[in-house]
Amino acid sequence: MIINSRFFNRSELIGFLALALLLFVILPLSLDIFRLNLVAKYLTYAFVGIGLVLCWGYGGILSLGQGVFFGLGGYCMAMYLKLEASSVENTKIQSTPGIPDFMDWNQLTQLPFFWKPFHSFPITLIAIILVPGIFAFIIGAAMFKRRVGGVYFAIITQAIAAIMTILIVGQQGYTGGINGITDLRTLHGWDIRTDHAKFILYFVEVVLLFACIVAAQFIRLTKLGRILVAMREQEDRVRFSGYSVANFKIFAFCAAAIFAAIGGAMFTLEVGFMSPSFVGIVPSIEMVIYTAVGGRMSIFGAVWGSLLVNFAKTSLSESFPQLWLFGLGALFIAVVLAFPNGLSGIWQDHVQPRIDRLLAARKSKPGNGFSVADGAPAE
Amino acid sequence: MFGDYSLSDLGAIFAMQGFAGLILFSVYVLMALGLAIIFGQMGVINMAHGEFMILGAYVTWMTSSAFQQYLPSLFPGYFFIAMSLAFIASGALGMLVEWALIRHLYKRPLDTLLATWGLSLILQQAYRSVFGAREVGVELPEWMMGSKQVTDTIEVPINGIFVMGLTVLITLAVAYILVFSRWGKQVRAVVQNRVMAGAVGINTEKVDRYTFGLGCGIAGVAGSAFTMIGSTGPTAGQLYIVDTFLVVVFGGAASLVGTIASAFTISQAQSTMEFFLSGSMAKVLTLLAIVAILMMRPQGLFALKVRK
Amino acid sequence: MLIGHQPKDFLLAVSGLTVSFDGFKAVNDLSFYVEDNEIRVIIGPNGAGKTTVLDLICGKTKTTSGSIQFRGQELTRLRENEIVQAGVGRKFQTPSVFEDLTVFENLEISFPRGRTVFGSLTFQRDAAVKQRVEEVAEMIFLKDRLDTYADQLSHGQKQWLEIGMLLIQDPDLLMLDEPVAGMSVSERAKTAELLNRIIKGRSVLVIEHDMKFVEDIAHKVTVLHQGQILSEGTMEHVKNDPKVIEVYLGH
Repeated sequence: MIINSRFFNRSELIGFLALALLLFVILPLSLDIFRLNLVAKYLTYAFVGIGLVLCWGYGGILSLGQGVFFGLGGYCMAMYLKLEASSVENTKIQSTPGIPDFMDWNQLTQLPFFWKPFHSFPITLIAIILVPGIFAFIIGAAMFKRRVGGVYFAIITQAIAAIMTILIVGQQGYTGGINGITDLRTLHGWDIRTDHAKFILYFVEVVLLFACIVAAQFIRLTKLGRILVAMREQEDRVRFSGYSVANFKIFAFCAAAIFAAIGGAMFTLEVGFMSPSFVGIVPSIEMVIYTAVGGRMSIFGAVWGSLLVNFAKTSLSESFPQLWLFGLGALFIAVVLAFPNGLSGIWQDHVQPRIDRLLAARKSKPGNGFSVADGAPAE
Repeated sequence: MFGDYSLSDLGAIFAMQGFAGLILFSVYVLMALGLAIIFGQMGVINMAHGEFMILGAYVTWMTSSAFQQYLPSLFPGYFFIAMSLAFIASGALGMLVEWALIRHLYKRPLDTLLATWGLSLILQQAYRSVFGAREVGVELPEWMMGSKQVTDTIEVPINGIFVMGLTVLITLAVAYILVFSRWGKQVRAVVQNRVMAGAVGINTEKVDRYTFGLGCGIAGVAGSAFTMIGSTGPTAGQLYIVDTFLVVVFGGAASLVGTIASAFTISQAQSTMEFFLSGSMAKVLTLLAIVAILMMRPQGLFALKVRK
Repeated sequence: MLIGHQPKDFLLAVSGLTVSFDGFKAVNDLSFYVEDNEIRVIIGPNGAGKTTVLDLICGKTKTTSGSIQFRGQELTRLRENEIVQAGVGRKFQTPSVFEDLTVFENLEISFPRGRTVFGSLTFQRDAAVKQRVEEVAEMIFLKDRLDTYADQLSHGQKQWLEIGMLLIQDPDLLMLDEPVAGMSVSERAKTAELLNRIIKGRSVLVIEHDMKFVEDIAHKVTVLHQGQILSEGTMEHVKNDPKVIEVYLGH
């Protein structure tokens, strides 16, 4: 497939390389394995952020239920790991050996039917993508075909996040309840708790993250990306240009859901458990703020936002737990009132022009910083 | 699920749960009324609405403690004072918030949603710092305690009836203000055409500020009512915000009648199902039903068909 | 494909069209027919239902009753994008272009190819697209502004851009809602020239108040009043119709 112009323009290429350098080289070399694992945990939210950039930043569809998809991906992975950890041998002290411990505590004597496919690793991998994808498709189709959008969509997705949490907490025999699915040990026989495994998992995650960045960038550069922008501002004009607006919204929402699910699955692997506290209203809206801080229009911004806000969260809530909520609250307000395009907006408005000027001065040639020349006619 | 009960048992259960639902209904209506004014009239999503309610609850708690300590003889009547103070406190905070935050965000509803969520976090933490993380409960005066025996099997709590009556009064007052008063007409004029309303001499900024203040003030009163059915903690408000938004959306955002009808339907459905199922499943089923109905009828129960 | 239950093979046959908003009939039992290559102008006082008629044809508003047949296809049952794909283009009264996109991208989005989700993912900006976009840009006087973001265009230029976006769709029926409203005198003249050029080879339905402009282009004029047809015919006929004079000058 040929894309008309360069895949990344110059400043995007610099951003891409800087991020790659940081995640592939600098952080692994400079951090101990505990800290590196923390970074890996933060980065799982970057997957959600990339999806939100497409869906919210570009398409204008604010979903306050991304935690649901993050959770679905995470739970799919956790179910597989839990089944592997609950072999008959490991669980022989239970009254029903061979089923997860929390089921035994809740007097279940048989593995529920929807757990059974998760004995298979390939099916798990497919489910991580398909379950959230199909769920998002159903929600999206039901809402967008009927022109539910804007704040109504936001509130309904929030309600879905609430429903999901209550359901998971309430049905503890099937889901592990409020504690979630814990005590996960091996992936396909490979112990994920060792330092070595955590090191490898970090790199697996970063590779996946870059794959998602490239995929998102690809979508952004196709005509579909431009239609998302067009839709955000003049939905009717898109409709009267012959496009089914609903289908494009469904696509953006499903893509965001799948990105979030990949992040969730990686979260389970990195952290070693999954619980409803990553599914509900509060985590979902926090995922939105990571994206907003990084810049809702910037794929790289979403990654930086996830890293920085979570880093601040960890360091502040360790030392000043009261301050953190004030800080997070202030962040929400500041990013809306003062910096609607987040860090990437600040970068583009204040830092980038200076760099350009510096470079231009050195080359003593007028700089051509923004390559909006896509498809320009030959002079 | 009905199999184990006789018909008269069922009747009593429905009646009792119905009354229990009425208190929930009162809180929903008062919360939703404020939200509906703010969202329906101004297009602002106030995610901190629950925190305005909790402010009212804390004010009520402080008033009741103060009366107990300094004016025990007047304690039976404290609630009316507390309610007025709650209205004033939440309303004043609402006007402050409108001035500092909301007025910069008109026409950006999704952004108001995020900003007010931030505000709600700040308020929660502020309550925690000031009042402590522990939940506080209000002591009821004697005359509000106990319940009235209606038939052999049905009894209704007196405070429930009181809260209900109060809700009806407030609702009527709000409806009167919005529909008939000069100020209500100004509010509606601003909603329909801000520029034109300004041009005919309405101070739109002032109207906005008072409208937002009124919505928040009603939330404060809801907080007063809330102290009778639950204990007050820093995060208690957040539990209600999604439900209340669903009430507003389900009723059709711009319609007060719709808001009341939908608050009634939702609270009754939830309260009745709660008796037969676990609380969490009742909630899941109620929310699912609302979401499903909203998907089929996105404009809500009561909406006008107009040319856009 | 002829369905043949009409006396003549009209391009657009509107019959018994009615829409009511909460009991108020904005369009009331309206019937009219547009032939191939016909330029039809709809005039009428404010609130006559002119814009609503266009909204109904393009599917923006759902009809209460009646039928709209376009090349024998019932439009009232189609979604907006299907109506566009059937060959009906619509320009709105206020310019609606994509301000965050460049002129080129605006035109490219309207290019009738790759309109599905998958199609737009694999859409390529090939020579045919570029050539067509440049061709249209030249017609709408924006050839040297292709890389300009649309939010930097003047009001008149935005109107032209939207006309260009319709042009690139190459519709069989073009519907224009007050195309010269809000334009400067020189822009107006240029627009008239532009419209005269693009209406060739297709049918056009125009709402316009500028009588000189109407006289210039109209084959046939339909006068709407209170959701119903007051008079229909040539400009000459309509101008001398006492009912029309009554409505326009009487009150």
